[in-house]
Amino acid sequence: MDLLHDLLFDYTLRTVALGAATLGIVSGSLGTYAVLRGQSLLGDAVSHAALPGIALAFLLTGSKAPLVLVIGAALAGWVGTLAVMGVVRRSRIPFDAALGIVLSVFFGFGLVLLVVIQRQPAGNQAGLDSFLFGQAAALVTRDVVVMAALGAAALVVTLAFWKEFKLLAFDTAFGSTLGLPMRRLDVALTTLIVIAIVIGLQTVGVVLMSAMLIAPAAAARQWTDRLGVMMGLAAFFGALAGASGAVISATTTQLPTGPTIVLCASVLVVVSLAFAPRRGLIAAWLRARRNRTNLREIGVLEDLYTLALQHAENPHHPHPVATLQTMTARPESVVPGLEALAARGLVASHDDRGWTLTEQGLSAARAFARIPEGSGQKAEGSGRRTTGHGPRTTDHGLPP
Amino acid sequence: MTQGQLEIQLIAAVTAAACALPGVFLVLRRVSLMSDAISHAILPGLVLAFFVTEDLASPLLIVAAAATGVLTVVLIEALSRTGRVKEDAAIGLVFPVLFSLGVVLIARFASDVHLDVDAVLLGELAFAPFNRFVVGGTDLGPQALWVMGPVLLLNLGFIVAFFKELKLSTFDAGLAAALGFAPVALHYGLMTLVSVTAVGAFDAVGSILVVALMIAPPATAYLLTDRLTVMLGLSAGLGVLCAVAGYWMARGLDSSIAGSMATAAGLAFALTFAFAPERGLVALARRRRTRRRAFAEKMLAVHLLHHEGTPQEDRECRVPHLQEHLRWTPDLAKLAVEAAVRDGYVVRRVDRLALTAEGRAYARESMVD
Repeated sequence: MDLLHDLLFDYTLRTVALGAATLGIVSGSLGTYAVLRGQSLLGDAVSHAALPGIALAFLLTGSKAPLVLVIGAALAGWVGTLAVMGVVRRSRIPFDAALGIVLSVFFGFGLVLLVVIQRQPAGNQAGLDSFLFGQAAALVTRDVVVMAALGAAALVVTLAFWKEFKLLAFDTAFGSTLGLPMRRLDVALTTLIVIAIVIGLQTVGVVLMSAMLIAPAAAARQWTDRLGVMMGLAAFFGALAGASGAVISATTTQLPTGPTIVLCASVLVVVSLAFAPRRGLIAAWLRARRNRTNLREIGVLEDLYTLALQHAENPHHPHPVATLQTMTARPESVVPGLEALAARGLVASHDDRGWTLTEQGLSAARAFARIPEGSGQKAEGSGRRTTGHGPRTTDHGLPP
Repeated sequence: MTQGQLEIQLIAAVTAAACALPGVFLVLRRVSLMSDAISHAILPGLVLAFFVTEDLASPLLIVAAAATGVLTVVLIEALSRTGRVKEDAAIGLVFPVLFSLGVVLIARFASDVHLDVDAVLLGELAFAPFNRFVVGGTDLGPQALWVMGPVLLLNLGFIVAFFKELKLSTFDAGLAAALGFAPVALHYGLMTLVSVTAVGAFDAVGSILVVALMIAPPATAYLLTDRLTVMLGLSAGLGVLCAVAGYWMARGLDSSIAGSMATAAGLAFALTFAFAPERGLVALARRRRTRRRAFAEKMLAVHLLHHEGTPQEDRECRVPHLQEHLRWTPDLAKLAVEAAVRDGYVVRRVDRLALTAEGRAYARESMVD
């Protein structure tokens, strides 16, 4: 209850948590598009490229007001983004190399400016270098209001252009055939991502801001195939990571806020990767195991059915395990398969003479047969034995 | 020039050359941002090694950081291979976690030690000459040179020893695998080199600017040549040039040397992007203009051929008509006529145009094309 009390009434904790949650919502939402378009690291380039903008804004205005610095950061980030796009479109430099050049060169130039500022008479650099690592504890209500206003504007535009951005993310060529200005939409969406990045710089810093763009969206992706749901989930995960990171950081000594927020976001990614119902790794592992089991049972069933066709006069003639084992590439799977099928009443054991299909088993086998019953007769008449099988798929399911 | 200044430039040049060599393969294999991921993610390795050794100058720090760099690559590959996230997202997810862990470890357990996290990001070459390598009372020069010199030699050695394997796996990975050139081992060997280089370089220029030195010179060279050996040489040379230029820029501005080196690398890239003889914007624009003129000239010749000796000849074969019929702008019409006249395909008689024999042959040949 002390924590809840502090969260509600402690000015600093409430402000930091709200600020972190706000940035999480915006970066999560817009990160959805960055991740889906294969531009996850664009955020990294923008956040690094923002540094000279911050320095120039200070040099030109002498002001450290958050709005001024955010505008400077946004302009530099935007120029960096356009530079990446221009280089990729007009040369053979790959996208990732262009990102690397822009992020490091702009950042280097930002460093030069920061040191120049430091040497000026009025050049109190303090506050500017907090952008490198973020300084969430220094957030004040005014900062949060700026973040919320810019973030809200970005989200409103995102919703207003929902159809267009969806086309841009999934089928740019189709959008072009509809006559939509896809390149301008690309610049617009990238601009929104720039806004999402720059409002977070003060909280988590230049280096880690890209994680806030990617992690909530990557986590959300594991839970859904629908864009709207993914964006909503990403916003929620972003807010959750931001707020919980801020709270954990505030309640633990010497725990910096930015890295803690990023670690919380990463925990969400790991949990989502592992436990999501369809795309999760655990669900996939269970599915694969169930498929292997089904495949084993179907294989044995088909082999018994093949043998039954050789004995048209007595389909319940028993066959020893050894015979079944010679018919498969995986003999070790025969006995467990037989036991599983017996438990379902599809096969029966005849003491030491072997196994046979039950009536139920015959019906089930016919439903899956890849060897029509009629050709069995013909095969026997010609004296040929039918053995072996083509590749089996994991789509088979036995009837309930 | 003082010895200190000379040493700084030498350290900068060696660092830049060492970074440029593996950077060539990063750019060509389209994994440039692995350098960003590795150079950021080595922080926890450094911190843990420091906890063990209590010595910031211990070689174990370099080993541990390089191992962390390789671990970063392993984690990124593993995450990519799940198929749940794309490779770029995997990069963007892994290195912030490792970097965050490093920052948290420093803040909680090493905040009273001079292990300043600023130094990892930023580095400062100006102080490098003060760290001397002294053995038995003999001053052997700056410590940074003894780190980056061997790294440069290691990079050179690896590239020379495995040149054909690297070349083949970079340009035709399928064939390399089919021939049994162990592409995975080669990949991790290359990534280990990147890690070692990034670790060695970060003390001089900081982890973010390692990216500038690794990516910008190779990308610049990529705009200038199609040959891998030339690209390697050009990259190293450009790196050295940018390092020295950056040093003097920093002196002029009294500012960060590492930042100036990155800025110089960026300027070199921008200039090459604009003016490269084959692939620069200027060359492309000139080539585009040349092609446009040649095409217009060809159309003009064919147009005149079609109307030669016809009742409409007198009306069709006038300069103003080109704008009506072919919908050319006045500038384009003027350009085409001047080019055709200069090339000897067309003659002007007062305001009429007529094909020369050469022009007639050119027009017929164009139609066959």
